[in-house]
Amino acid sequence: MPNVLDIKRRIRSVKSTRQITKAMKMVSAAKLRRAQERALAARPYAQMLTNVLKSLVQRADVIDPETGQAKHPLLEARPERNIAVVIVTGDRGLAGGFNSNLLKAAQRFLFTKEGLNIDLECVGRKGRDFFVRRYPAQKASEERTASVRVTGEHYGILKAPQFSHVAPIAEDIIARYDAGELDAVYIIFNEFKSVIAQRLVVEQILPVTELGERDIEQAIELSQEEREHAGEAATTAGVPLTDTHEKSDVERHAETFFTGATDYIYEQPATQLFRELLPKYVIEQIYRAMLESVAAEHAARMTAMDSATNNAGELIDTLTLKMNRARQAAITTEIIEIVSGAAAL
Amino acid sequence: MAETIELEIVTPERMVVKGRAEEIQIPGRGGYLGILPGHAPLITELAVGEIEYKNAGTVTRLSVAWGFAEVLPEKVTILAETAELAEDIDVERANAARERALENIHKADNPGAYEEASQALSRAESRLAVAKQK
Repeated sequence: MPNVLDIKRRIRSVKSTRQITKAMKMVSAAKLRRAQERALAARPYAQMLTNVLKSLVQRADVIDPETGQAKHPLLEARPERNIAVVIVTGDRGLAGGFNSNLLKAAQRFLFTKEGLNIDLECVGRKGRDFFVRRYPAQKASEERTASVRVTGEHYGILKAPQFSHVAPIAEDIIARYDAGELDAVYIIFNEFKSVIAQRLVVEQILPVTELGERDIEQAIELSQEEREHAGEAATTAGVPLTDTHEKSDVERHAETFFTGATDYIYEQPATQLFRELLPKYVIEQIYRAMLESVAAEHAARMTAMDSATNNAGELIDTLTLKMNRARQAAITTEIIEIVSGAAAL
Repeated sequence: MAETIELEIVTPERMVVKGRAEEIQIPGRGGYLGILPGHAPLITELAVGEIEYKNAGTVTRLSVAWGFAEVLPEKVTILAETAELAEDIDVERANAARERALENIHKADNPGAYEEASQALSRAESRLAVAKQK
């Protein structure tokens, strides 16, 4: 027979755990809101940059009319021998399947690329911990000792990703691609459109295949059940479910930016502008991936903490029932003892 | 009321400026450009330097490092990798960056390193120049 006191103690401990998970859920919701704002604030720049590049493609002669080959090194497709994979995870755990699903997908992706030389660039502590245990960590400039190696360990930047922190990582990768050390660059991250529209994405970022179009290799959507969970968590935490954000003037302007047929004075030749701008576009893509991953991480943590809170609630109910039963049983036994003691007299 | 032109300065992180100006100066690749309302359409790359604009008698300065500008008769849009208003600039950090860049220039043993250090130096100096005029 379980002891009433023991059960009481357990209930108390579960209650305090529930308090913590509840607090974490609310904190994640607040952080999610901020991350979403940040992702939104980054949109006009991305849109404008894409438009400028699209317009420049027509003016700058970047594609050789005879061979159809791109002249800019970042557009040029080469047979894949050396590739880099950027893996964006979180710095911290307790976010449900956020990190583990991504790492599983990353591992699967690496298997499909078996035989190639792969450089891993890990963003986020979780991914870095996972991969440095499996593959040797080397500097990109060192001579390769294994076909798969970790060349970049970036963590601590995801708390509030700043462009100035992300740019050097991206620039380094672009420089290696430019120098021919890499033939393709992929990024694996959790894409975030809204709380219920998230997916795990493997995207090719280099070579650039089509401007403004994303080259998604594979994507894993949320399951119906996960989506319902996420939706429930968001509603209770007061986070809007879908992208209710109305397009601001700026965004509307961004969409039409540079699409007109105005005759511009070019201070620099279009080809040169294109050359300078294309790397910025790639950096922007990597930056966006990180912003979305951060939002997705907070959303995942919020959902995970919501289920933890619910589970704790259920556990408390069962334990309370058990405790009452135990107490009742103890009382009954006592009465029986007294009664039978009296009868024996 | 003088004639004004719309001005937007956008960075990857946010929209820094959205407003109107009577006169704008931007650091083009090939030198500073002065822009008044009704300017001919123009696009240019920006160098490291200062953007300065005047509106209703007040002058605002921003430090920029690499960017791209589209000028239309009624509107100027600037995409900049960084654009900082005087009050956002961390003077101490800029000073430290300047010292570091100077040191690197002296130590540079190849053209690439020299180029990088001198760019860092001009970024730091443009920041400091903007901050000083607060």
